[in-house]
Amino acid sequence: MSAVFRTHDLTKVYDTGELQVRALDGVNLALYSGELAVLLGPSGSGKSTLLNILGGLDHATSGQVWFRDLEISALGDRDLTRYRRDHVGFVFQFYNLVASLSARENVQLVTDVARDPMPAAEALAQVGLEDRMDHFPAEMSGGEQQRVAIARAIAKRPEVLLCDEPTGALDSKTGVQVLEVLRDVNDRLGTSTAVITHNAAIRRMAHRVVYFRDGRIERVEENATRIAPSEISW
Amino acid sequence: MTALDRKLIRDFRRLWAQALAIALVLACGVAILLTTFGTFVSLEQTRSAYYERNRFADVFADANRAPRWLMQDIRRIEGVRAADARVSQFAVLDVPGRTETVTARILSLPATGSPRLNLPLLRAGRLPSPGAATEVAVNAPFAAANDLRPGDTFHANLNGYRRELTLTGTVLSPEFIYTIGPGALMPDNRTFGVLWMPANAVAAAFDMDGAFNNVTLRLGRGASPEEVIDRLDTLLEPYGGLGAHGRDMQQSNSFIESELDQLRTSAMILPPIFYAISAFLVAMVMSRIIALERSEIGLLKAVGYSDAEICVHYLLLAVLIATAGTLIGWGAGTWLARALARLYAQFFDFPYLIYNLDLGAYALSGLLAIASAALGAGRSALRAARLPPAVAMAPPAPPRFRRTWLDRGMAALHLSQPVVMILRSLLRWPLRSALTALGLALAVAVLVATSFFPAALDELVSTTFDRANRQDAVLMFEPDIPETALADVMRLPGVMRAEGQQFHAAVLRHGHREKDVAIEARRPGADLARIIATDGRAVDPPPRGLMLSERLARHLDVRTGDLIEVTLLGGVNETHLVPVSGLVTQYIGLGAYMDLGTLSRLLRQAPRISVANLEVDARALPRLHRVLKDTPELGGLIDMAGMRRSFEATIRENIDIMTTIYLTVAVLITVGVAYNGARIQLSERARELASLRILGFSRGEVSFILVGETMILALLAQPPGWLLGAGIARALAAGSTSDLYEIPLVLEPSGYAFASLVVLAAALLSSLVVRRRLDRLDLVQVMKTRE
Repeated sequence: MSAVFRTHDLTKVYDTGELQVRALDGVNLALYSGELAVLLGPSGSGKSTLLNILGGLDHATSGQVWFRDLEISALGDRDLTRYRRDHVGFVFQFYNLVASLSARENVQLVTDVARDPMPAAEALAQVGLEDRMDHFPAEMSGGEQQRVAIARAIAKRPEVLLCDEPTGALDSKTGVQVLEVLRDVNDRLGTSTAVITHNAAIRRMAHRVVYFRDGRIERVEENATRIAPSEISW
Repeated sequence: MTALDRKLIRDFRRLWAQALAIALVLACGVAILLTTFGTFVSLEQTRSAYYERNRFADVFADANRAPRWLMQDIRRIEGVRAADARVSQFAVLDVPGRTETVTARILSLPATGSPRLNLPLLRAGRLPSPGAATEVAVNAPFAAANDLRPGDTFHANLNGYRRELTLTGTVLSPEFIYTIGPGALMPDNRTFGVLWMPANAVAAAFDMDGAFNNVTLRLGRGASPEEVIDRLDTLLEPYGGLGAHGRDMQQSNSFIESELDQLRTSAMILPPIFYAISAFLVAMVMSRIIALERSEIGLLKAVGYSDAEICVHYLLLAVLIATAGTLIGWGAGTWLARALARLYAQFFDFPYLIYNLDLGAYALSGLLAIASAALGAGRSALRAARLPPAVAMAPPAPPRFRRTWLDRGMAALHLSQPVVMILRSLLRWPLRSALTALGLALAVAVLVATSFFPAALDELVSTTFDRANRQDAVLMFEPDIPETALADVMRLPGVMRAEGQQFHAAVLRHGHREKDVAIEARRPGADLARIIATDGRAVDPPPRGLMLSERLARHLDVRTGDLIEVTLLGGVNETHLVPVSGLVTQYIGLGAYMDLGTLSRLLRQAPRISVANLEVDARALPRLHRVLKDTPELGGLIDMAGMRRSFEATIRENIDIMTTIYLTVAVLITVGVAYNGARIQLSERARELASLRILGFSRGEVSFILVGETMILALLAQPPGWLLGAGIARALAAGSTSDLYEIPLVLEPSGYAFASLVVLAAALLSSLVVRRRLDRLDLVQVMKTRE
């Protein structure tokens, strides 16, 4: 399997003036094409920082990151924007929907600028929201909002889907529905997916689990057998 | 339409109240700029087109009586392209149906029919036939005011002979766009008219065969008016030259010029204030929006929107606000400009419409509106664009409050926590607090600056009419009569008292400065028309010396005790060194006063008078008018009470309109600033205030924090507002001062108090409107909202 992401000695230091925080401390990691990886660790362990750097939202302090053959750690802001626009789909813990836009329009926000997007309606159908397309965020449950966010992320047909605590704000039942959508996208579209979570229950649906602690990778496990999201609960 | 555009439009709709508050302030700037600048441009263009087409002269001169052959010499002056000689006389008319005497200026038309310069523009009928002895054309506004049509007849007292004249046509002339009778303060087309009469008839009536007493010149390109004026003065001097002058001293033109000056002053002083306030309001609102939409900005960046797209998105929001403001401003400005044009139509007689607002004025006012809104939004939009996406996704750090000496001061004062919260928030955003206060101060300033006009008018009227000119009527003679004839005046019906006064044309010089004036001379103890010195006392000019109005003294750069050169024109043409013996408070005209005996000695003649100031029994006025219509040598009668009434009514109406406009404007500024300020506070503090409510604070206590901050800023805004207002009033007064009049700067405590009350009330109401939202705050929901 070819690697979608590779990192070499990736380090990120936050300098708040009074003290320095090493959020990432020499991370070497590869994520593979078509794989669903879960990045597990307590809050502050550096997993969100890694996801931000992989997604081109943040710069590393040192070390390198490649997206396939593209060294994204060497890109300037303009090229990072291009990179995010063309290759990456994001899903956030708090959905980050634009309150003044309907579900369909939130998805269109992405299809308006992407290179070869699927129609917004199709993306919403993929996440089972074909009947809720014209509802505004305030009119939807948390789970529905997160599914809109996933539809928005997959509408551009991204090669990778980066999910930061996608079930963090949801109860177990709705969280499972969201995980099912993610698993389905990974299975059917083959989109490489990285899911960040501090919820250990989720790890069993992944191909691989990367354990984080204090800015370093503690260990990497491969799941011999994956379970369906419906079997997960917390 | 892209999803981002939809977000833009929905954001704009959601923000409508705040956007409207800003748009209205911006609209004030747009409307005032459009009105003042647009009217300035169209007035200026209309005037210059009219002057060009109808060959308005460049130089004007009067003399007592000059021979016709002198015109050859005048035409040979270098730079003169064309010259017209005329006879100009005053006459009293007896117009059917009008009790009052009507004064007219008669101008001769050359034997060839139409003059070369100052072409009268025919509005109805025809010009008089060159050979006709009793045909006249009149200025159209006079005909309209007196209901005269071609073919009508009326009587005129021409040089002591009563004649019946036939009206052949009505005309307009570039010389009489603003027509004001001798001694009058305002145009009055009912009692003053201009008559054009064939030269032969005028010459015969006024005994001016082979002579002229008025000449107008048109100069070639590049000619120096000063040199031509000097040469013309020299040529006319032996014939009682009364001083040549350029367009600047031509009465009609100088009134238009002073109006243009006022428009220019207003266009430069007022609109920038509104544009600046709008820019600040946009900045304040945009900075809050961007703080609120932090995570949305992060999201847009995460999904691949570029910095430029995000920057433009937020700038467009400001542009939408500016567009709304511009459209409202254009509507209001077009309406205002038309109202102003109607007002001008009362005073100015142009042959064409002057409210064709120039497209450039629309474009300029709109572009400036968009530019100022974009400037206001620029910083925030750039900040949004520069916000690193990873940072944008994280919640903002709470604002840093530090203990400072002020906190220790507040602790020492044992202030309640809500008061501490207010003060700390004011100090936490000092620039925003200062700019909010400045915005409110400008609202105060606008009101203070306008409140001075009514007070100034009162001062002007009371000085001019109650203290200086207390006569009931002024009887004018043409030419001057011996002072001894006052006894005859006393015998006229209803006349209870009569005092003589002479006007004599003169040039005053001090160093390189000079001014053409009419010296007013009267006997000591004159009580009807008095001279009011700067200390407020009525004084008599001393036997030697000249008293000058303050404005004239400033113009000549002289003080009491200085010596000035006085050249008496009109025959004697001798220059005397005369001391300035005192200064006079005078708002209308450039007064120079002398003792009648002294002037007569300088002129080496028995005392003569140009006017008689009368105290008249009001009941006898119609009879007096009737007698005067048949009296030779009379130039007309000015009814001072009537003049005062029409002056006050006209100015008062204009001031009322202006005060209403500025009151609206000040309220709009206050609402724009206070409402937006309170909304932003509420938005920033919703959680804090909801927390206080949960902790058991009452609605009143919580709203005190919200309303308190706005009101403290409003109170702080008062003193700088007063100062700024006084400054603006001074600039407006200085901008509207001309040779013709001066607007006194009168700032009354009541003006300041009124300004403060209006602004404080509007600020309180605006923050109370926002307070209503506080009452509706859903406590649980607010606490759940993620910052």
